Amino acid sequence: MYNETTHDGQAAHDEHDHHGPAKGLMRWVTTTNHKDIGTLYLWLSFIMLLYGGSMAMVIRLELFQPGLQWVEPHFFNQMTTMHGLVMVFGAIMPAFVGLANWLIPMMIGAPDMALPRMNNWSFWILPFAFGILASTTFMEGGAPAFGWTFYAPLSTTFAPDSTDFFIFAVHLMGISSVMGAINVIATILNMRAPGMTLMKMPLFVWTWLITAYLLIAVMPVLAGAVTMMLTDRHFGTSFFDAAGGGDPVMFQHIFWFFGHPEVYIMILPAFGIISAIVPTFARKPLFGYSSMVYASASIAILSFMVWAHHMFTTGMPVAGELYFMYATILISVPTGVKVFNWVTTMWKGSMTFETPMLWALGFIVMFTIGGFSGLMLGVAPVDTQYHDTYFVVAHFHYVLVTGALYSIIAAFYYWVPKWTGHMYDEKLGKIHFWWSTIAVNVLFFPQHFVGLAGMPRRIPDYSLQFAEFNMISSIGGFAFGLAQVFFLYIVIKTIRGGEKATDRVWEGATGLEFEHLPSPPPYHSFNEAPPVK
Amino acid sequence: MIFNKLSRRSFVVVAGLLAMLSTSARAEYKLNMTEGVTPISQQLFSLHMLVFWICVAIGVVVFGAMAWSIIHHRKSKGAVAANFHESTTVEIVWTVIPLLILIGIAIPATATLLDLEDAKTNADITVQATGIQWKWRYRYVDEDVSFISSLAQSSRDVISDPTGNENYLLEVDNPLVLPVGKKIRFLFNSDDVIHAWWVPALGVKQDSIPGFINDSWALIEEPGVYRGQCAELCGKDHGFMPIVVNAVSEAEYEQWLEGMKAEAAAAAAAADEEWSMQDLVARGETVYQANCAACHGPTGAGIPGAFPAMTGSAIVNNSDPSAHIDIVVNGKAGTAMAAYKNQLNDVDIAAVITYERNSLGNSVGDTIQPSAIKNAR
Repeated sequence: MYNETTHDGQAAHDEHDHHGPAKGLMRWVTTTNHKDIGTLYLWLSFIMLLYGGSMAMVIRLELFQPGLQWVEPHFFNQMTTMHGLVMVFGAIMPAFVGLANWLIPMMIGAPDMALPRMNNWSFWILPFAFGILASTTFMEGGAPAFGWTFYAPLSTTFAPDSTDFFIFAVHLMGISSVMGAINVIATILNMRAPGMTLMKMPLFVWTWLITAYLLIAVMPVLAGAVTMMLTDRHFGTSFFDAAGGGDPVMFQHIFWFFGHPEVYIMILPAFGIISAIVPTFARKPLFGYSSMVYASASIAILSFMVWAHHMFTTGMPVAGELYFMYATILISVPTGVKVFNWVTTMWKGSMTFETPMLWALGFIVMFTIGGFSGLMLGVAPVDTQYHDTYFVVAHFHYVLVTGALYSIIAAFYYWVPKWTGHMYDEKLGKIHFWWSTIAVNVLFFPQHFVGLAGMPRRIPDYSLQFAEFNMISSIGGFAFGLAQVFFLYIVIKTIRGGEKATDRVWEGATGLEFEHLPSPPPYHSFNEAPPVK
Repeated sequence: MIFNKLSRRSFVVVAGLLAMLSTSARAEYKLNMTEGVTPISQQLFSLHMLVFWICVAIGVVVFGAMAWSIIHHRKSKGAVAANFHESTTVEIVWTVIPLLILIGIAIPATATLLDLEDAKTNADITVQATGIQWKWRYRYVDEDVSFISSLAQSSRDVISDPTGNENYLLEVDNPLVLPVGKKIRFLFNSDDVIHAWWVPALGVKQDSIPGFINDSWALIEEPGVYRGQCAELCGKDHGFMPIVVNAVSEAEYEQWLEGMKAEAAAAAAAADEEWSMQDLVARGETVYQANCAACHGPTGAGIPGAFPAMTGSAIVNNSDPSAHIDIVVNGKAGTAMAAYKNQLNDVDIAAVITYERNSLGNSVGDTIQPSAIKNAR
C-alpha cells in the first residue's frame, strides 16, 4: 500500500481517503478516528472547565466578603474538593490527551493512533467517571469534602458515604489515563514516518512521550492509594490509622509520590506547545532543541524524587527535609533552561503577535512568576510559613491556569485553523487574551499577599484584615470566568465558519501538519508516509 | 499593545514591591509575611526576603530580555530573523549560574532549618497542643494544667455580618498563656484528623497528627497577643478553629497558672455536688452550643448522611441513659464522634447529656448527675 506510486493508484487511494465518518450520534460513540476522539476529549475538557469553573465562582462568591453569606462550610469544602478534582482530572488532563490525539499522528506522519479501539474506550470511560463524581453532590451527606488531596483520616474515618463513589471514579480516570498513555507511547515509538528520528520529533511529541511514561508510572500509585482508603473504610485494614498500627502520614507520601509527577503531567505538554508556537511567530528555529529534550527528561526524572516537599510541616526528620529541599530547588535549573531557550528563540527574531503568540507570551511570563513562587516554596524552612496558605493557592494557579490552561488555549488558537479550515476571529481572540490576562492577575496576584499575611487556604470565611484583597480577587474571578464563556462563543463561531485558512496557516509554521496536509486535513491523513527531511 | 502589557505588568510588580517595602511602616495593611517576635520567625522573614529579591533579580533579567526582543525584534519594525539555534557554551552558562544561585540560597536555608528543628534542647516549658475537631486542647506538661480553647462566642454571634469586629475568627474563649523570654517546646498531636497549629508571629506551623507526636519551639521576645489559625483542612469548621497566644511576663504567667489550678480544684469539688435539673439544662445548653452544635446542629437536627440528629435519637431517648453516657464519654470508634472525657469535666458532660435528654425536641425527663459521669470514666 505504502509503496503505491502510480497516478491511478494514487487517485484510487484518495477516493479511499476521503470516505467520511459515519453520520449522526453513532459517529461519536463508535469512532476510532484520532481526530474525532481528539475532538471528544477537547469538548469534554471544555465542559469540565465550565463545570469546575462554576464551582470556583461559588467559592469566590462566598469569599467575596467576610462572614458566611451564601453557602454552609460543609458545602464550601465540597466545592473546593470538587473544583480541584474536576479541573485536574477533567479539564487539564483530558485537554492534553485531546491535543495529543489530534496532533501526534499528524506531527509524526502516522495515519492514526496505534490502538484506535482502545482509544475509543479510554475516552468513553471518562464521561461515566465524571458523571459518577458529579452525582456525589446530590447524595446524602454531600460530595467528598476533604480537598482534592484527600488526606487520611479525613477521607477515611471522617468522610461522607459518597467517598466510595469518588474512589470508583478515580479508578476509572486512572484506567483511562493509563490506556491513553500506552496509546501515545505505542504511536510515537512505532508509527513515525521513515526519517522521523526521535531527535527530529517536534517537542510536543517529545514532551507527550515523557508525560505518557509519567502517567504509566504514577496513576497506579494513585489507584493504590484510593484502594487502601477503600479497605480502610470497609474491610478493617489500618493503612492510615495509627490506632491499628498504620500511619496517616504514609497516605501523604503515597499521594504525593503520585501527586508531584502529576503536576509535571499537567505542564510538560504545555512546554511542548509553547516550543511550537514561539518559533513560528518569531520566524526563527527553536533555540537549543536538544537541550529542551534533555531538560524535559530531567524534569520528569527529578519529579519522582521531590514529593515530600509538600510535607515539610508533617514532622519529617531533618535529613529528609534537607534532601527534599535540595532536590526541589534543583528542578528550577532545567525549568529555567526552558524559559531561557524560549526567550533566546525570540531574540533577534522577526516577531508578530497573533492570538496564539499572545497566549504563549502570557504563558512564559506568568508561568515564570509561578516558578518563582515555586522556588520560594521549595525552601523548606520558609515553606513552613507558606504551607497551606493562599500563597500556595496563588502559586499553583499561576502554574496551572496561566501555565497549563494558557498553553491549551494557545494551542487551540494555533491549530484550530488547521483542524477546521477556518481562521478564528483575530479581533475576538485578542479581546479574549487581554480580558483573561487582566482578570487572571486581578484574581490570583492578590492571593500572594493574603497568603503571606496569614490567610490559610480552604477556609470559607476569614478575618477582616483579608477583606479587601479577597474582594478584588473575587471580582477578577468573575471576570475571568465570564471570559471563558466568551471563549466558548469564539470556539463555536470558528467551527461554524470563518475566513478560509491556508494550508500553511502561519507564515512561520513548520512541521508535517502544516507542510504536508491541507486545512482541514482529510478524515484519514497520511495513509502514505510523508517525506521527512 | 505589547508595550502596554509590559508596562502594566511592571506596574503590578513595582506596586507589589513598594507595598512590601512599606510593610513595616503600615503594620495594619499586611502584604508581606510578618517578621514576628521570635528569633526563628525573624530568621524565616530574612530568608523569605532573600529568596524573594533573588527571584526579582532573575525576573528583571529574563523579562527584560523578553521585553527587549518584543520591542526591537518585531516584524513590523522590519526586523529580519537571524538563524542561530544552538550554542553549547550559552547552555552551560545558564545551567551553571542558576546552580550557583541555588547554592547561595541553600546555605542560609540549611542553617535556618537546623535552628527551626532544634526543639529538644534546653526547653524551659513544654506545652502539648492537641487538635480536636474544631478546637485545641492545651496541656502544660509539667504543671497539671489543661484546658480547651475554641472560637469565642463573640465571633460566632456575628458570622452573618462580621463588619467592625476587629478580631473576627481570631479570638478564643481560653487563650494559651505563655511567658516571654523562655524557650517553649510545643508537642503536637490530634484526637481525630490532621490539624496544623500555626501562629505566624511565632514562626511555628506544625501538623498535629493522630497517633503521632510532632514538636516545635518558640522563644517569645515581646509580650503581646499573637493570633493564628488551624492550617490543615480538618473538616467542616476548619476555618473556625483559631489560636490565640497571650505572651506575658514570667510573674503574670505564674499568677495565671495558680488561678488555673484553683479553678480546676473548684470544678472537681462541684462534681461531687448534687445538681438540679434546671441548672444542668442551663449549663448544658452552653456546653452543647460550644461542643456539639457544629455537627449535630444548633437545634439538634444534625446533617443527614453525615452527622446524626439529636432530636428523636434512639440513644438519647432510651430511658436507660447508660448508652448515652457511654457515647459522650468514650466517643464512637471509627466515626467523628469524639471521646469527651478528654475534653470536658464531669459537670459539663452531665449537663450536656441532661440538656440533650430534655431539650432539642426530646423529653426523657431524667437528670444525669456528675457523679454518674465520674463512675463512667
